[in-house]
Amino acid sequence: MPSQPERERRLSPETRMTAKQLAKTLKQQFKGIVSGPVEFRGELTLEVSDASRIAEVCQFAKAEQGFDFLVDLTTIDNHEETPRWTAVYHIYGYEHFCHLRLKTSVSEEESELPTVSSVWRTANWHEREAYDMMGIRFAGHPDLRRILMWEGYPYFPLRKDFPLAGKPSEMPDVAFSDPAPLEGGPFVTMAGGEDSTAREPRERNPEG
Amino acid sequence: MTATQQIEVKDSAARSAQAVDDLRDVQGEKMILNMGPSHPATHGVLRLVLELDGEIITKADPEIGYLHRGDEKIAENMTYNQFIPYTDRLDYLAPLANNVAYSLAVEKLLGIHDKLPERCQYIRVICCELARISAHLLGLGAFAMDVGALTVFLHTFTEREKIYNLIEALTGARFTTTYTRIGGLSRDLPVGWTDELAKFSQEVSVAIGEADKLLTRNKIFVDRTRDVGVISREDAIDFGLTGPNLRGSNMEYDLRKAHPYLVYDQLDFDVPYGEVGDCYDRYLVRMEEMRQSVRLLDQCLAKLPGGPVNVDDGKIILPDKQKVLSSMEELIHQFMLVTQGQDAPAGEVYFGAENPKGELGFYIFSKGGGVPYRLKIRAPSFANLSILSHTLPGHMISDVVAILGSLDFVMGECDR
Repeated sequence: MPSQPERERRLSPETRMTAKQLAKTLKQQFKGIVSGPVEFRGELTLEVSDASRIAEVCQFAKAEQGFDFLVDLTTIDNHEETPRWTAVYHIYGYEHFCHLRLKTSVSEEESELPTVSSVWRTANWHEREAYDMMGIRFAGHPDLRRILMWEGYPYFPLRKDFPLAGKPSEMPDVAFSDPAPLEGGPFVTMAGGEDSTAREPRERNPEG
Repeated sequence: MTATQQIEVKDSAARSAQAVDDLRDVQGEKMILNMGPSHPATHGVLRLVLELDGEIITKADPEIGYLHRGDEKIAENMTYNQFIPYTDRLDYLAPLANNVAYSLAVEKLLGIHDKLPERCQYIRVICCELARISAHLLGLGAFAMDVGALTVFLHTFTEREKIYNLIEALTGARFTTTYTRIGGLSRDLPVGWTDELAKFSQEVSVAIGEADKLLTRNKIFVDRTRDVGVISREDAIDFGLTGPNLRGSNMEYDLRKAHPYLVYDQLDFDVPYGEVGDCYDRYLVRMEEMRQSVRLLDQCLAKLPGGPVNVDDGKIILPDKQKVLSSMEELIHQFMLVTQGQDAPAGEVYFGAENPKGELGFYIFSKGGGVPYRLKIRAPSFANLSILSHTLPGHMISDVVAILGSLDFVMGECDR
């Protein structure tokens, strides 16, 4: 934590860093691998092309730029596109009140990113969730277990090729793992279709 | 023959080694205790696996996910308006605030967040603050009950009942409100509702004062919460704590002040924050936040403007039913909205709102059209609970109850 006068200097409207300046510094520091920023609705997104250096970029953002709060870490499945996975890091600094979004992509064959749980400890659970839901591993994570699904669950349910209705899994000691009674969402509707069964399929992207 | 003897000797040595091992297990310096998932102090379905040395916790491992329903997966398969009922079931103690946060996130994506009518914004602030009072009343009541002060719970529940009556008159449901719509509200305030709200704001101030008298200088309550579960500011930030739990750790930060949304920048309120970050500080912060919320309610009532509550855009808000039946354009709008939803641009937004439990954020990644490609819910309770394995070790087992109560989490939101 910086000293009180330093904190005040960083927070005052005249000397405060803007998100754009911070993004520029970050880009200069990591020439060639950081591109952007792309602005949409006042939010800045930086793309990190080398996924294996994302932890390094995060470490720099935290230590040198005051991004002390990892708001969120999440992953996107770019189904049928390459690279398949995109990881999204929302970072924020209490010293300058600026948000930045870092994105990096990794291929399905690799499916592994360096952990940032050594940078922000809150990343521990966020990365466990990303692993649990998408099946992306985080190298160097201290405790990479499933978090929301049970240990031993065989699928990664947030992947786009996992059906909304769920899949039966052969796990002992689990009450039931059949498709949910309403088979994946009672209000799933699509335009078109001949009859109500086609318009309200009860099951999106079914197997096969 | 000699060989046989050797085997026997070896066997007994192995047996004695085994016996020593067994004895060590019986003397057991460490014991594993399972707490939850259905335990009254775990407020829902949190399970803690505690390793104990006597009564002292040496290791704690929270197990979550018992209420996982795959909300993010469901969101990818329906239009933006259809997902609003699911947000009721995140922090189910403050559904109105979730509705508002989600709608604001989608409106940011659609680019209509600065076009909301004034009246809509004021009503949404009223909703958020009512939800905050309701959530904190339950949070404090349950916290006090967990550490042995049962009466407070009865007082706060009486007030919550009044809030539920107000919410029922407003939305038609007590618990699962689904009040907002993308670009507005499902309905305007009912006739006479503001008078009821003004009456309630008077009454709840009295009740908050009573709870304050019962707890703040109550020796048993203070002894059980002061200097228990101390979270330093550095730890709170590093573990991603937000809301009252962050403010309790001597951090003056509130999204309503730092990044004002709706009309919070036109309203006058203070942000309470704690000093040392113990359970008592977190309690005090919540107590003061309720008073500030009452202040906000009163200001909103005084300033509440007239006019429409929905944006004037046929591609965002369902048209008037009368017009649907008589005019072609409205009929088309109605049809498109119901079948396709709002046509969102491709892009990505994150919006975080200051909810009763902390920063509830929605990250929406859109490839265009009426359905999000990926919707991530940044749940405050999820991050708030991740600090348990750091904070619990070193405490007595009876402190677990106080620490859990003071963190005030909701599993519906944590597990999603």
